[in-house]
Amino acid sequence: MAEVTIPIGPQHPALKEPERFLVTVEGETVVGADIRIGHMHRGIEKLAEHRTYIQNLYLTERICGICSFTHTTNFSQVTEEALGLEVPKRGLYLRTLVNELERIHSHLLWLGVAGHEMGFDTLFMYSWDDREIVQDILENMTGNRVNYAYNAIGGVRRDISDSQAQEVLRGMDAIEERMKYYVNVALNEKTILKRTQGIGVLKTEDAKRLCAVGPLLRASNVKDDVRRDDPYAAYGEIPFDVITADTCDVHGQVVVRALEVVESLKMCRHIIKNLPTGDIRVKAPRKVPPGETISHTEAPRGEDIHYLKSNGTDKPERLKVRAPTLANILSVAHMLKGIYIADIPMVVAGIDPCMACMDRVLIVDKDKETSQMVEMDVLRKFGNEWYEKEAHR
Amino acid sequence: MLENLVKWSRIKSPWVIHFNSGGCNGCDIEILAALMPRLDAERFGVLLQGSPRHSDVLVCTGAVTEQMKDRLIRIYEQTPEPKFVIACGTCAITGAMFESYNTHGGIDKVIPVNAYVPGCPPKPEAILDGVVKLLTSLKEG
Ligand code: SF4
Repeated sequence: MAEVTIPIGPQHPALKEPERFLVTVEGETVVGADIRIGHMHRGIEKLAEHRTYIQNLYLTERICGICSFTHTTNFSQVTEEALGLEVPKRGLYLRTLVNELERIHSHLLWLGVAGHEMGFDTLFMYSWDDREIVQDILENMTGNRVNYAYNAIGGVRRDISDSQAQEVLRGMDAIEERMKYYVNVALNEKTILKRTQGIGVLKTEDAKRLCAVGPLLRASNVKDDVRRDDPYAAYGEIPFDVITADTCDVHGQVVVRALEVVESLKMCRHIIKNLPTGDIRVKAPRKVPPGETISHTEAPRGEDIHYLKSNGTDKPERLKVRAPTLANILSVAHMLKGIYIADIPMVVAGIDPCMACMDRVLIVDKDKETSQMVEMDVLRKFGNEWYEKEAHR
Repeated sequence: MLENLVKWSRIKSPWVIHFNSGGCNGCDIEILAALMPRLDAERFGVLLQGSPRHSDVLVCTGAVTEQMKDRLIRIYEQTPEPKFVIACGTCAITGAMFESYNTHGGIDKVIPVNAYVPGCPPKPEAILDGVVKLLTSLKEG
């Protein structure tokens, strides 16, 4: 059978963000996939070099709106390390708390999007409605629903009052109740099983070879989590399990994320109950001595790495960010092979792609030009054909 | 008479398409949150559409990156008349913190915009308010 290439995106009903795939199909089966990234490239790393460290906190927050707190945590950590600052215990605990709240909101959001992709819109509405509970807590604690501006270099910006702590606990109870339903749905609901089992298979050795991270890697039965392997903030003192699944498919990813939310709920409770007293923040000097530092955190989507080179002024010399979606995108190309066209959205949604995160990283080498040109050619051809067809009508 | 009917149906059923031209995603999840059960934009007849050819209102976010510029223009051209554009979020209005070598500094540098919703990100209530204000202005004008 002849091979046909179908371009998908960048604007496509199934994709929330601009991304572009070129899939080669034989009949209904995908035989090859090519992914183009870079539509969202905003030059953040370059911008960071022209801003002071404090301004950069707000810039790194806007690398991605969904996992904004992970990025600021990471950025604060690299800067604190370069400065040799010791963050007070209470500050670290609060940081961890917001990190986990963010994980809950991000995973619930993903669950909804996944439900939407498989035509299970009820789940979409339910989980987004329950997500509002976390959003309310976050708004109450930090002042904003999405980009919280909660981190500061040397700690966090706001303390938590007793009534706020009580509200967090109440919210955790409410979500825990709802999570029973979601876990049950993830494990037993027929729609989910039919659309996810055996689809987008990523075997353990492939996952390791392609350097997958986060829930995708854990769904391929690898126990890997930065929070456990290299504890940052207060993670070293909070008990939790690393959730894995051995099904190595999209269903495994659904289960891992659902159970991770349950784990995060427990962690939030533990943090509130064991919150140390004391300061939340130390004052940080504006100028950072020369040096190189690196830090990584576990974002909701996987390992996120920040690298900082400072030069003694109040602006960084170089900031490099490796967001988790970039690490996972290779696995997508692999997982797409051999599936049906109809399953493409499910597999792509499975890694929880966050293009805004990834696309600061436009690979700048000689390949860039050629790959860009190919894309423009294809696009132009597609556009031309489209207009031709329009003209005949 | 017929004109009135068309106008009435236009105001009562604005179908929106959401387009991210290079924002941080914060606005995009807030737009979706505005459509969710808590605010339920559907009671104003607002329905999220996948294809620009079926929609009346283009809700754009992001500072318009170089790569997305042509696509934004094409999506705008594909939307049938009469069409309305809402620029949602600070970076869609001015480019804000993403003023760099690769961005164009706002939606209105590329296509005409009818309504602006400021905020980084605007709350879902604000986005809904923007849509309602746009519809009210249609009724009057
Ligand atoms: S306005 Fe702010 S929240 Fe919205 S897309 Fe731009 S940077 Fe993100």
